[in-house]
Amino acid sequence: MNPSPLSRRDIFKLVAAASAAGALAPVGAEPPKPLTRHFKNTLSDPDYAHPSIPWDKPLDATELATLAVLVDLILPADETSPAASAIGVHEFLNEWVGAPYPENRADYETIRGGVAWINTHAWKHHGKAFKEIAPEEQTAILDSICDPAKALPELSHGARFFQKLRMLTLGGYYTHPATWKSLGYIGNTPINGPYPGVPDEIIKLLGLEGLEGL
Amino acid sequence: MAILTDRKSTREYDVIIVGSGAGGGMMGMQLSLNGVKVLMLEAGRNYDPIKETPMFHTPDQAPLRGKGTQDRFFGHYDATVGGGWQVPGEPYGDKEGTQEEFWWWRPRMLGGRTNHWGRISLRFGQYDFKPKSRDGLGYDWPISYEDLAPYYDKTEMMIGVYGSNEGMENTPDSSPGVLLPAPKPRVGELLTKKHCKSLNIPVIPIHRAVLTQALDGPKLAAKLFPNNPKAQKLVGDDMSARMACFWATECGRGCSIRANFQSTTVLLPAALASGNLDIITDAMVREVLTDDSGKVTGVHYMDKVTRVDSIARARVVILSASTCETARILLNSKSALFPNGLANSSGQVGRNLTDSVGSSLAGHIPAMESLPPYNEDGAGGEHVYTPWWNYKKQETLGFARGYHIEIGGGRYMPSMGALGLLDTTSPGIYGKKLKDEARRYYGAVMGFAGRGEMIPNENCYCEIDPNRVDQWGIPILRFHWKWSDHEINQATHMQNTFADIIGAMGGKATPRPGREALNKPGEIIHEAGTAIMGTDPKASVVNSFGQTWDVKNLFLMDASILPSNPDKNLTLTVLALAWRSAEYLLDEMKKGTV
Repeated sequence: MNPSPLSRRDIFKLVAAASAAGALAPVGAEPPKPLTRHFKNTLSDPDYAHPSIPWDKPLDATELATLAVLVDLILPADETSPAASAIGVHEFLNEWVGAPYPENRADYETIRGGVAWINTHAWKHHGKAFKEIAPEEQTAILDSICDPAKALPELSHGARFFQKLRMLTLGGYYTHPATWKSLGYIGNTPINGPYPGVPDEIIKLLGLEGLEGL
Repeated sequence: MAILTDRKSTREYDVIIVGSGAGGGMMGMQLSLNGVKVLMLEAGRNYDPIKETPMFHTPDQAPLRGKGTQDRFFGHYDATVGGGWQVPGEPYGDKEGTQEEFWWWRPRMLGGRTNHWGRISLRFGQYDFKPKSRDGLGYDWPISYEDLAPYYDKTEMMIGVYGSNEGMENTPDSSPGVLLPAPKPRVGELLTKKHCKSLNIPVIPIHRAVLTQALDGPKLAAKLFPNNPKAQKLVGDDMSARMACFWATECGRGCSIRANFQSTTVLLPAALASGNLDIITDAMVREVLTDDSGKVTGVHYMDKVTRVDSIARARVVILSASTCETARILLNSKSALFPNGLANSSGQVGRNLTDSVGSSLAGHIPAMESLPPYNEDGAGGEHVYTPWWNYKKQETLGFARGYHIEIGGGRYMPSMGALGLLDTTSPGIYGKKLKDEARRYYGAVMGFAGRGEMIPNENCYCEIDPNRVDQWGIPILRFHWKWSDHEINQATHMQNTFADIIGAMGGKATPRPGREALNKPGEIIHEAGTAIMGTDPKASVVNSFGQTWDVKNLFLMDASILPSNPDKNLTLTVLALAWRSAEYLLDEMKKGTV
């Protein structure tokens, strides 16, 4: 059984929102008219016309500024796609770590603690926070923690943080439509007529001739 | 679409149908098109797929980039609303001693599960109707494939199913002209086909309930309803109004252009247009009411909006509430005449619970790296699959029955996990090089999911929990489960087969032992068997028309009545059975026997 991960505070928020919208019928009221919606749990029954995120974003401005620098080091701008911070990936991380699910709560610990770890690490070596040191100093730190298999044992906490941060950044970045063309995803667009199938150049490339008719 | 009836309606009804999904929707449509006054009660809320489907929404517009959560297991845009494996205020439990906890999926919405399902529409074959005669296990159906074949044809024509006829063993063909053309395969599907040849594993077009071309409504409706001008007009017009698939968006979100089959887009509109169907949503049925003679008189339900107990009456009641909910209603409908629950003189209500055997494995396919991009969205689901291919070798396999393989992968809309592969392929890389790695590996993963037949066993059942009620005061279900060696060995076979396929394609994957690789009971959402049909009233709950042996005017019409649960997803069969039962019920009502 999966108990609801919502805290009491979250539930109060949901109920308050529903009451404010007049969605809860008072006792003894007339039966509702057709097409009236009843109480909605915005998590299990979302309103797509008015997207909302019913939880707090826990990171503060300084932490977000550090994450903006980090996500851009992980996925910088190039000719075909924007820098991660330009499409708000650091803001997405803040939404991610605030969510009331076990996976996100664990990531909150990793990300918030990791940001503090990397700032302390920068301060110890350069006397400044991570976002204030020179770009080559930043990449030197990342180089020392980016591969968990190669990082020195005393940097294992940093390596664990970077590994998680890198995968969340990849997820947040490539789920944004601004990156899709560069990645090679060109769907989510209607096509008239029969489905066109695999282009000839790919058929030839992989030796798939004669299979198309199945 | 005006869907809800006035809750204060005092009309007299001929038939009450509990549930608005595949079984209830089809019964409601067939009966109302033939002049029967029908009241449909749906436990969930009203739902309009035309207005509510987030067709082209992108992950960045959704919480957590649309990722699945405990509240929305299949992601933010999944069509299931107000439900899932957990419904607030509607708990269920496990009976002490169960081997595994059962997961019970419950959409609380008009159209039920038909809004979000995979649309895989495979006919049961002749072996599937007579499994006990072949291997001595489980139960034979009281009907054979030939009895249902005409209704499969009619159902496929009406809802629109793409696919091909391949003439394979126990994988029935449709009649000529029934199926819509299959869409061309995607690159990963072709590559799978190529490499499965060397393993002697077939890969053929799958059958799915998606329109690959527009329907000629009037022509088809004339064939489907030869003696019913009103049905021809209403259904024909409505069929023509559905659009063909435009090869974008996931079917699981629902379909606002009505290219794919949902009860809410195909069955209910024509039924409502007849003027003979009323629907009350948010109506949670707690029990079926009977009179002193043992006949059904109506149902007692909770109006969820007002929390007021209510009663609806009719000559006939049809329960199509889903396999476990139907059993729950029957078991909760106790009276002096029916002390063990309604229609349960056989003691079989709640027994024989099955779900599909599920197991999956995915692998990185190097040949699919860095391919030139093209649009792979396709029909929002599989274009090809592998039907069970080992009937001849069955006795050497260590398990009875078989499974089909659902084949997926390639360049779908990126999700949070789309680049999870980079954790192993590209550790330590960041910056512009990481973007190159993302382009290289995106879409280079293929996944294989087995969906296999489970044989009913005495350890898998649901029953009323003597101690607990839900928020509507209705006693809840508790489940008991234990896999047999058939399912465990079958899952092992799946894992080994998938690893072989991935290996033949040039990838690497490590198979897991079957017991470990099995999906949870209930996780595949193909429950069946809690009120099986049969020929013997002492050993079954209903006859082949879903009419309960104990109560002539009570019918069941969902997967609860299926005596076997073959690897072939259930919905098409539930639809075909409902069409057949509706004809029987119309006949019986005319004769005055119910």
